Amino acid sequence: MSAHSTVRPGRRSPGAAVGTVARVLRWIAAVLGLPVALLALWWVLSADSETFYLPPLAEILAAFDDVWLRSDRLRADVLPSLLRLSAGFGLAVVLGVGLGVLIGSFRRVRAFCEPVLEFLRAVPPPVLVPVLMLFAGFGNTMKVLVVLSGCVWPILLNTVEGVRAVDEVLTDTCRCYGIRGPARLWHLVVRSASPQIVTGLRQALSVGIILMVISEMFAANNGLGFSIIQFQRTFAVTNMWTGILLLGLLGFLLAVLLRLFERRALHWYSGLRQFQRNDGHR
Amino acid sequence: MNATGISPDGAGPLLDVRALRKVYTGRNRSVEAVRDLTFSVGAGDLVCVVGPSGAGKTTLLRCIAGLLAPTSGEVVLEGAAVQGPPPGMAVVFQEYGRSLFPWMTVQQNVELPLKQKKLPRARRLELVRNSLDAVGLGDVPAAYPWQLSGGMQQRVALARAVAYEPHILLMDEPFAAVDAQTRADLEDLVRSLWQRLGVTILFVTHDIDEAVYLGQRVLVLSSSPTVVLDDVAIDLPAERDQLGTRSSARFAELRAQVFGQVQRAKHQSGAPDHQSGAQGQPAGSRPADTGTGPETTEDRQPTDAGSR
Repeated sequence: MSAHSTVRPGRRSPGAAVGTVARVLRWIAAVLGLPVALLALWWVLSADSETFYLPPLAEILAAFDDVWLRSDRLRADVLPSLLRLSAGFGLAVVLGVGLGVLIGSFRRVRAFCEPVLEFLRAVPPPVLVPVLMLFAGFGNTMKVLVVLSGCVWPILLNTVEGVRAVDEVLTDTCRCYGIRGPARLWHLVVRSASPQIVTGLRQALSVGIILMVISEMFAANNGLGFSIIQFQRTFAVTNMWTGILLLGLLGFLLAVLLRLFERRALHWYSGLRQFQRNDGHR
Repeated sequence: MNATGISPDGAGPLLDVRALRKVYTGRNRSVEAVRDLTFSVGAGDLVCVVGPSGAGKTTLLRCIAGLLAPTSGEVVLEGAAVQGPPPGMAVVFQEYGRSLFPWMTVQQNVELPLKQKKLPRARRLELVRNSLDAVGLGDVPAAYPWQLSGGMQQRVALARAVAYEPHILLMDEPFAAVDAQTRADLEDLVRSLWQRLGVTILFVTHDIDEAVYLGQRVLVLSSSPTVVLDDVAIDLPAERDQLGTRSSARFAELRAQVFGQVQRAKHQSGAPDHQSGAQGQPAGSRPADTGTGPETTEDRQPTDAGSR
């Protein structure tokens, strides 16, 4: 009797597990299919490469382990880079969303700020690096400021757009039910602008990674950008390529993290959109 | 008629609208939406406001709700002039899909205003549960509004209003966008909530049947610029049902009376109307049952009385 009752759930769960595993495998295949194919192509095409600047991928991958994992570089170079990026990105989120809510909420403020915003946004952040070096020196402050100066615009401008589009009926509803102050700001303004804010975050992240590297290439004594430029200057081309690969990998991982956050924070939005699409087809 | 709004039990008027006027001023022209509205609503009343489309019904409601400042005149709720949305008032909007927070569950939607009222958690949960049960949605607190049908979404909005424990509930064509069957159910729901909770309701609609079926009184508005054309007491029995009440003779009479007023309202506004006199035709020479025409309200009144 007891054996029977233990067998049944035992029999059922492997079947369910197989289904889940199959689904996960299919998902992995869909996600990694193209990258794997490109890497394979690179591998084959570069296999017999004699060119100094384009070593075979096999060599690059072999060096990857030594350069990054079996050394102190993860702690000494990758970690500082990531900290600078997160500090700059984090400040940009606070500043961009804060100012965006302010500018988006008041028509007067918007009219006042818009020309300046458009001008500042048009200035490519890398050209600010030398200027910021004058003010903030060569340390981490400069690098965080460079990342911030690039990340803040997409977040700010998208937030402004999102805040402007807050529904009037919902605004009236809040007024009627006495929802004001911080509660209104959070439950009405920020939440309804959140799809646009997340779009801004996604754009800002890619800008931020670029600026992190660039700021470290100008003046630094550690960091990913510094390492890559260092390898290049010492003609350690294979090592340089490993750095570029690592950079791409990090960018991918950060984008996945952001996607996970988006799925949690905006799951209502994707549901709503899907519902509206289905409704439209009916 | 009950034009003073003093309810039969002797309580004073809860809501007093005095000489309300609203002019929208644009860049180079102004539009007089509401000319002169005066009426009152007694505590515990269910008053329907009906008028042709574009009659300034929504303007009136927004002024009462404190969402819009009147050009002149005033709205007095419980003895205090309305300057902004008053605390004892809840509003149900027509656009149910846009008045619920799509990022909140049904439960959170109903609970948010209560949090703003700083009610303790236990009391909030009790109010949310009771009001959701009252509108027949006790089983979906974790659903998101967009997962529900239109009628159910409007029920959520209604539950939110009820949970807020308002003294007066304003409803702005709340069922205009739902199908007929759902609409009938929601009408009965409003009647039963009103009877159970004793809340005062001001219900704005363009649907004459709905106004007569729901209300104790029906205020008929003219087209814009708006004045009150008539204040019809609905002397149907308190227990109403869709089939019996709507097929009763009295319902048909009241409906016809309001219908005649609304038909006339389409052609007549608060603007001074000289045409009826200028026609040079004595009003009495026309067939008495012409629903529309240049007759004035005064000409029409005896006809209605005679048909009773």
